[in-house]
Amino acid sequence: MSSTSKSPWVIHYDASSCNGCDIEVLAALTPLYDVERFGIVNTGNPKHADIFLVTGSVNDRCRPVIQQIYDQMLEPKVVVAVGACACTGGVFRDCYNIEGGADSAIPVDVYAPGCAVRPETIIDAVVQGLGILEQKRAALKAAKKAKR
Amino acid sequence: MDLISFVIALVAFALVAPFLGGLIKGADRIITARIQDRVGPPLLQPFYDVQKLWAKQSKPVNDFIGFYVLMSLIFAILAGAFFFAGGNFLMVVFVLTLSALFFVLAAFSARSPYADAGASREIIQVAAYEPLVILMAVAFYLASHSFNISVSATLEKPLICEIPLIFLALLFVLTIKLRKSPFDLSVATEAHQELVKGAITEFSGRTLALYEVMEWYESVLFLGWVGLFFVFSAGWSWFLALGCVIVVYFLEIMIDNNFARVKWQAMFKWSWLVTLVLGFINLFALYWI
Repeated sequence: MSSTSKSPWVIHYDASSCNGCDIEVLAALTPLYDVERFGIVNTGNPKHADIFLVTGSVNDRCRPVIQQIYDQMLEPKVVVAVGACACTGGVFRDCYNIEGGADSAIPVDVYAPGCAVRPETIIDAVVQGLGILEQKRAALKAAKKAKR
Repeated sequence: MDLISFVIALVAFALVAPFLGGLIKGADRIITARIQDRVGPPLLQPFYDVQKLWAKQSKPVNDFIGFYVLMSLIFAILAGAFFFAGGNFLMVVFVLTLSALFFVLAAFSARSPYADAGASREIIQVAAYEPLVILMAVAFYLASHSFNISVSATLEKPLICEIPLIFLALLFVLTIKLRKSPFDLSVATEAHQELVKGAITEFSGRTLALYEVMEWYESVLFLGWVGLFFVFSAGWSWFLALGCVIVVYFLEIMIDNNFARVKWQAMFKWSWLVTLVLGFINLFALYWI
């Protein structure tokens, strides 16, 4: 396990969530769950973040924002769809303005279901994301070596 | 101070200070977490962070930002080396100001609104703390009749007995220099909504890693300034200085956790008020008593 998975900094974006999942994301930072134990820090800055937590379903207004945040993050990076809406569109799936889950805008690595999602599920999803982050780091390193 | 002893001090400071600084930062994060009733990250977390940032993809916003941050780091190391080699205090102050200047340049070079706001605030912070630093140099000279820091180890009684008010003013200004709340205006760790990350918003990957390391060097240097007030000719005074440094840093953590960020106007007003009142009373006392 390298330092990459010991210090995952997250950025959280609310696509069109009802705020239920957003509150649970922030709950994970409180003394009860204290994710800073694992080096997880909530940055407000895509350029500093490794893990992108998206809550809520995607509509035409927020798609470019999600894509821009995703593009501003540096490799290796992992996207976690947090909550039923971000996974599939949830109860809003058939609404006229909804395009679907987070994966309708950007590639998603881990899905964390639930309505609202439980903080334990978010932590599990992030920990699962760490494995993927580690793989991506190894791939990046191999690509750098091949370039030389 | 001859060249060889300076080079030895430079190498020693460049190698040892980041370890100390990283451990201080790690302890800081654990104590902060305990104050907030959390467990907190491992002690070595700052090292993991920097190692991770170093391994990230390199995508600087322009060609200069990395150079500016590197220069800022190098001048911070030089300033620390001058200080711990027992060199001239004025030299330390000037080199450190150059380091701050390069940091502001790095923040401005990105032309992003958040980084610009952070950079402007960093300039205001420099303007807020610099008068005290200069007064401290003057007071140091009046108390020890030299600008050389090595003189402090030959004094009959520690500087704190001669210039206690300057020490209090330094404690006030130290909060600005260590970028801690209530004066964490330029690089706020908790101001996501307001500033994103302030001056370091556009730093990423290795540039951010260099900045983190520079902070470690700076914190060791500033804590050295605190220790300077307690060192005198007796050998045990070094332990006294170390103990006082630990107490002062703990106090800083408590202040950090107990105060909300103030507006820059308030920071400017208070720091100048404290500097001028405490500083000048102490200088006049030194001069005439």
